[in-house]
Amino acid sequence: MSDWIIILIKIICALVWFLVIALYLTWVERKESAVIQDRIGANRAYIWKFRFIGLFQPFADAIKMIFKEDFTPRFSRKFLHNLAPFISFFFVAVTISAIPFGDVLRIGGREIKLQIVDFNVSLLFVMAMLSLGIYGIILAGWSSNNRYTLLGGMRGAAQLISYEVALGLSLIGLILVYPSLKLSAIVHYQGELLWGWLPKWGVFLQPLGLLIFFFAALAETKRVPFDLPEGENEIVGFFTEYSGLKWGLFMFTDFMEVLIIACLLTTLFFGGWQVPWLYADGFHFPWGGDWLLPHGIVVAFQVLAFNLKVFFFCWLQVLVRWTYPRFRYDQVMDLGWKLLVPLSLFNIAGTAVLMSLIG
Amino acid sequence: MIKALGNFIAIIKGSIITTRHFVVNMWFHTLNLFGIKTKRKGAVTYQYPEQKREIAFRHRSLHRLLKRENGKPRCVACMLCVTVCPSECIYVEAAEDPDPEIQKYPSTFIIDLSRCCFCGFCVEACPEDAIRMDSGQVEFAEYSREQLIYDLEKLTG
Repeated sequence: MSDWIIILIKIICALVWFLVIALYLTWVERKESAVIQDRIGANRAYIWKFRFIGLFQPFADAIKMIFKEDFTPRFSRKFLHNLAPFISFFFVAVTISAIPFGDVLRIGGREIKLQIVDFNVSLLFVMAMLSLGIYGIILAGWSSNNRYTLLGGMRGAAQLISYEVALGLSLIGLILVYPSLKLSAIVHYQGELLWGWLPKWGVFLQPLGLLIFFFAALAETKRVPFDLPEGENEIVGFFTEYSGLKWGLFMFTDFMEVLIIACLLTTLFFGGWQVPWLYADGFHFPWGGDWLLPHGIVVAFQVLAFNLKVFFFCWLQVLVRWTYPRFRYDQVMDLGWKLLVPLSLFNIAGTAVLMSLIG
Repeated sequence: MIKALGNFIAIIKGSIITTRHFVVNMWFHTLNLFGIKTKRKGAVTYQYPEQKREIAFRHRSLHRLLKRENGKPRCVACMLCVTVCPSECIYVEAAEDPDPEIQKYPSTFIIDLSRCCFCGFCVEACPEDAIRMDSGQVEFAEYSREQLIYDLEKLTG
């Protein structure tokens, strides 16, 4: 019984974390783009004279979106049209269940893993769920019963499937280095040290894999350098026939994807919740100093480290979105199939050869 | 492959530029947030309704009709502004003034601001320097066209 309660609490905490951070990513996007472009950004939304640098803006946006007319075109396939944004949303939201936020937390003689479920193929699960999100896109494009949205959906599907290949292949090198598909185990492996001082993070062992994964993941989020499926300003995209909250759900899914990609980058390549030289009983520095800490503070450090890394990668993805212009469609396909896939194959071969040479 | 490498370097350069902007602006924003005054601001934005820009010396804003010492309009209803106005938004009706030096005064002087294009020809044409566009007032949006028709009272006031 109490196990169920713990799982329920974990689900609620993780989902609230996920949704709130994704909600505030809209604010981060606006503010960060403003700062990059020497502007100020949204700062007008207020509650009783308090503006707090525009922190209420996401709520104002949400309220606006809820009260907009939810219009379903007469010619659309109603059931699928309504279903599509929820499919898109669900398959991203469910991925958070596999992300480890920290190591075990011991409270009252009970060991709680700071991860909703810790199963053996969590990496495959996350990849599978992310690629199932394509169904939402193609269904939205098709069920709108509008030729342009169908084309948008097809573009989206083609792009996502192409980059899915590079995304998957770039992780095989990583799986060779850390022999597990379990995300928590991958994070544990990254806690070891290389040559006695360098943390064994994926970024040091798989730099090429990181680059490929990052580019492919950017394409997976369907945001600006790779925003061919929708094209905010001129290309007619797959959610043209949506309005109100359902449109907002698609938009929100993009931000959730950004967040989940940041989580994956952190977990796979930047040591997840690992802090360099922090072990279960405190810091053991390679130059010989020790700083022992109680269990609660260690866990707090781990969760904090995970959050900081995730925020950094969210920031980086927003920076990328506000730096680069959109690719042309053939350039996207060229980059995917002619550069990223061969490079990831080369990465697999190189990693395998090096592994067998070192032993 | 070399071309791809060049593209990659260009990509890195671009992100360095945006990162530099972000870091520099964020530094000034943070300093200002904690109340430290800096010469440079984090953004070039004027927060408009609260913070207004100084209007240029040669600007053209809402018209105003000048008065004589005795409080009457300086206008002598010569109709030059009415003639020169390209958008035909000025309407003047003349009436006889008892003073033989002046002879005429405008009994009605109406400017339809919904048609005015703020070219300033009326100011240039006026021989009496009776109309000027230097009131500095640039915010006179209204909800209806009728409210944009300014009469003598509004223009002199």
